[in-house]
Amino acid sequence: MEHEIAAKLVDVDKNFGLGNTFVKVLKKVNLEIHSGELTLLVGPSGCGKTTLLSVLAGILDTTDGEVNVFGTRVDKLSQAKKTSFRRKNIGFIFQQFNLLPTLTAADNVAIPLLISKVPYREALKKAKYYLEVVGLGDRVTFYPTQLSGGQQQRVAIARALVAEPKLIVCDEPTASLDGETGKIVMEMFRQTALKRDRAIVVVTHDNRIFEYGDRIAEMLDGRIVSIHENKNHK
Amino acid sequence: MLRIAFQMLVGDRAKYLTLISGLSFVTLLFVQQGSVFCGLMLRTAKPVEAIGAPIWVCDPTLQAIDDFKPLLDTDLTRIRSVDGVRWAVPLFMRQVQVRLNDGKFQTVRLIGLDNASLVGRPSQMLSGNTESLLLPDSVVIGKAEMERLNNPKVDDTFEINDKLARVVGIADVPRDFLSNPYVYTTYDRALQYSPRQRKQMSYVLVAPQPGLSSQQVVENIKKTTGLSAYTADDLRWLTIWYFMRNTGIPINIGISLLLVFVVGMAIAGQTFYAFALQNERYFGALKAMGTGNFTLVRMIMFQSLFVGVVGYGIGAGAACFIGWMGSGGREKLAFFTPEQLLFISFGVTIVICLLSSLVSIQRVIRLEPAVVFRG
Repeated sequence: MEHEIAAKLVDVDKNFGLGNTFVKVLKKVNLEIHSGELTLLVGPSGCGKTTLLSVLAGILDTTDGEVNVFGTRVDKLSQAKKTSFRRKNIGFIFQQFNLLPTLTAADNVAIPLLISKVPYREALKKAKYYLEVVGLGDRVTFYPTQLSGGQQQRVAIARALVAEPKLIVCDEPTASLDGETGKIVMEMFRQTALKRDRAIVVVTHDNRIFEYGDRIAEMLDGRIVSIHENKNHK
Repeated sequence: MLRIAFQMLVGDRAKYLTLISGLSFVTLLFVQQGSVFCGLMLRTAKPVEAIGAPIWVCDPTLQAIDDFKPLLDTDLTRIRSVDGVRWAVPLFMRQVQVRLNDGKFQTVRLIGLDNASLVGRPSQMLSGNTESLLLPDSVVIGKAEMERLNNPKVDDTFEINDKLARVVGIADVPRDFLSNPYVYTTYDRALQYSPRQRKQMSYVLVAPQPGLSSQQVVENIKKTTGLSAYTADDLRWLTIWYFMRNTGIPINIGISLLLVFVVGMAIAGQTFYAFALQNERYFGALKAMGTGNFTLVRMIMFQSLFVGVVGYGIGAGAACFIGWMGSGGREKLAFFTPEQLLFISFGVTIVICLLSSLVSIQRVIRLEPAVVFRG
């Protein structure tokens, strides 16, 4: 079954620095991200995966090229509109989890809703529901330091899901986890996050989780060098 | 998001307590130094309050209550004839030396009251009575600084200018700037107690006729006699400003307050900066998730205002407590905290908080949300 195109990058360039420090990180990148699919961006360190993810999520400006996400030219938006766009459409999962250490798991999960001005009580209720979904219903009042790495990443997943975004971007979600926990988290993530109208992009160089991707885009030296479909999920 | 800001703030106990204690200390110092300044300045004009006359007439060269040129005795009758003067009585006031029974000398503020009316006598007596001043050699002493006269009781004696003085009463009199004990007696006896001079009368105390304001009568006296006249309030402020201009007190206290401000800025600024630095990752994550700069600025401002208000409350409360403790024992400590000082110190604390939070605000505004993807 064909999936809709959620995001499309056309001839995207991204440069950093000037003079001696000038570096071209993305070189004419073209990529399509499909709804209902989990796309893996893989490649060696420094090949531009995270930069491409940042450009796609609208947290980094392009030097050249088009970034089209759900029909919106993200590269053309002002900073304020990009912020608003991210709030409404994109969920984030970070390598370091970035859970606020002074907030409980439920409060951490509620953040995207609070950013969107959802009343606290309502946000907390929904946050607790998503914590149940990721299997942490009994940990709602726990602080991040009281949770294991795998549990923290599951809280981060719940946080990414709670506002029900149409695009979720993940940066090395298993890099801070051991192999077994990484697999468990990815399994759970795929089951809970993947929907027909939602696209997921995961940056990773952890080949143990390649099996969870529907499509694997391989990058090298700032370019997409190949895109494979994972037949197991088709 | 203010809830999140609050939890971020109080969740980091060490920094929160550093901020609160720093700002409390700054407020404490600010209110304490300001109160000492106000207390000292008000004490300069305490004799005006202690005498309590509505109008004071003096030589035109007067600079402050204790810096006067005496008047001629004939000036009294000239003043009495001015329109609107209800009554006018002489007042003698000078610093003289008392010889105590143990042979030591002590400077006192000798106040000679009109023989007949005793206008200017203390209003509150702790023992004895002011009418006894009409008895020979009698004096009434003020309770404040009385220990310097070896805590005399009624009927105790000492010498002033080789003449006997017998204590007939102890009055509740506030301390003044010079902190010398008050000794009240009659005008004529005060002249005997002090070395003779060509002009003796320090002031003429005047009351206006009913229906006339003190200010109107002051103008009449000035116009008619060529002397200076002040309402009690004007004389108080004249004295206070004299001390402000001619002593180093305002500069010294001002320097202290400036240092307090700088120290407050340093403590709060450094802590806020460290707070912003430590939370950069989280602010970056919030930005990535769609929190606008305005919301983040509001969060930081809320945090700074919150610690400002709490720090101010603790500091101002502690300063007032210290003032209250110190003002036991008959107000030995010069300490007065007017409402205005509390408002000003609140403003200063909030300014310190807001200015020091600017450092973290500009850091957060400049923060690239992409920072969250850097391992």
